[in-house]
Amino acid sequence: MQQVVRAEHTGLIGSQPSRSPLADVSETKIVNRGQGFPVGWLIAPATLWLFIFLVIPLAGIIVFSFWQSTRSGMVPDFTFKYYGEYFISEGFLDPSSGKFLTPSVFMRTLGSTIFFAGEVMLFCLILGYPVAYFLAMVVRSFQWKMALFLLCMVPFWTSYLIRAVAWLPMLGRRGLINNLLVSTGIIDKPISLFLYSEFAYTMALVQLYVVLCIGPMFFSLAKIDRSILEAARDLGATPFQIFREIILPLSLPGVAIGMIFIFVLLMGEFATAVVVYGGKIGTAGTVILSYYGTANYPFASVNALMLMISMMIGVVIILKIVNIRKEL
Amino acid sequence: MASWTPERRRATWIKSGYSVYYAIFLVFIYGPMIAMFVLSFQGPRGGTSFPMRGFSLHWYNKLIEPSMVGDMQGALGRSLILAIIVMIITALFSTMLAMAFRKRFWGSGVLFYTIMAGLMVPGILLSLGLATLMKQMGIPTAWWSSGLGVHVVWTLPFGFLVMMAVFNRFDSLLEEAARDMGANEWTVFKEITLPLILPGMVAAGLFGFTLSYDEFPRTTLLSGEFNTLPLDINASMTQRIRPTLFALGTASTVFSIFLIALFVVIYMILYRRSR
Repeated sequence: MQQVVRAEHTGLIGSQPSRSPLADVSETKIVNRGQGFPVGWLIAPATLWLFIFLVIPLAGIIVFSFWQSTRSGMVPDFTFKYYGEYFISEGFLDPSSGKFLTPSVFMRTLGSTIFFAGEVMLFCLILGYPVAYFLAMVVRSFQWKMALFLLCMVPFWTSYLIRAVAWLPMLGRRGLINNLLVSTGIIDKPISLFLYSEFAYTMALVQLYVVLCIGPMFFSLAKIDRSILEAARDLGATPFQIFREIILPLSLPGVAIGMIFIFVLLMGEFATAVVVYGGKIGTAGTVILSYYGTANYPFASVNALMLMISMMIGVVIILKIVNIRKEL
Repeated sequence: MASWTPERRRATWIKSGYSVYYAIFLVFIYGPMIAMFVLSFQGPRGGTSFPMRGFSLHWYNKLIEPSMVGDMQGALGRSLILAIIVMIITALFSTMLAMAFRKRFWGSGVLFYTIMAGLMVPGILLSLGLATLMKQMGIPTAWWSSGLGVHVVWTLPFGFLVMMAVFNRFDSLLEEAARDMGANEWTVFKEITLPLILPGMVAAGLFGFTLSYDEFPRTTLLSGEFNTLPLDINASMTQRIRPTLFALGTASTVFSIFLIALFVVIYMILYRRSR
């Protein structure tokens, strides 16, 4: 410590402060090249694993989307047939038919998947941000902060499927929510909002995913330097100004990471639609599974590829709105 | 209470407002699960919703009975074995990767994004890609081969981020010192590095275990002829839903929470020791 102080003092005469020995040491934090285990051996197993189980399957999807489906599977080919089937439904190019330029059922399914994802993300943000704010900013004691944070993180460690199952007794005409509302006299007969409806489906998705975005938002809020807020307060900023000018911009990277995390999982979502909504709604995921089930692998691959592309576009849009690198 | 300035009163109001909101939020998060816990103790003649008709362990007994559809115990066993293997591989790989990332090396950027892609690619895509590929090559899928493969792809980024954070705060001077005194790489690792990073490895392992134990989409097409527990749960939902499902859900959740507690205790002990 003393050395640092001395180093700062040499700077008083106007020259650059001389580098303290401690600064040199902190720069060698990155281990010297010759030391430690050889990098090649450290990364080889995991790299190989990722190549076999991540890179090749994804490349496979791209390749298979051009293959030809046969009765027993598929054969190598280079055809755009399945892309055509995906985009152009019957009567799409015929102005006289009633379906002129109507998007195909696959595109509409993908569209509704994106729409649901957006809706759920919005609700997760509205519900989750105040929770993260409360944990990071309002709760003062560190122990309480961590305890309350862990409390809302526990569902992350339990089975997602079982949490979806847990919605079953809540919904329906005689479900718990309708029962409660009737018995407390808020409504006089069960309302359809809490049957197996789109509303119920959205609510269940929000409940399942909101915990995932609280973590990143909490961490970015907790990282904000309190002295900045003090300074702003001393300079006469109102609480709203402090929030809008300081807290919100500084917490945006966490918001973006949380939203990307939810978005990606929601796009691949298919289990909740089956459990909570009785399979009444098709998602991009259920379409892929059903074409896999009928052994039409190229078409399943086209669907998967479109899902992947729209997902990447979504992530890029989120990153355009919030420049994570700049903010970090 | 004369010292209560308007600001302080306002702060208290804000604090209690947030606390009430947080409590409501917890009800939203935990409510359905608690309802499921209660309903799992439904009497033998009760249904899948309230009111409770008596209070019994009937549905838990049904769970243990061998007459249950499918083979629940077998699925549980497979899920546990798979989760343990995934846990070990995740802890090992993420430690090795994080150690490699302490130096700058060629291709580190690409490797970093590839690891993170495991987090970003929807499970259903990996399932589809690998299942189709293996079918085309005539290799049968199985939970211990293809299932294990994609599980590690999913858990590795979590473990890797944990270990990166651990090494970020790691003081490499300790290793330097040991090296200067003539210790070889293995001795340095065993005597200095390992004891210090062990709590982090436990945390990485926890991610590996629980994420694999609960994983459903990545295993859907890849588990082969034997189901893992989440697949079995999913299969039992396509039949008529009975309180057995709630009993299973409750048992599985209690088990998960027990495991988290166990990991936390191990972590605490190792963390204390590493100080």
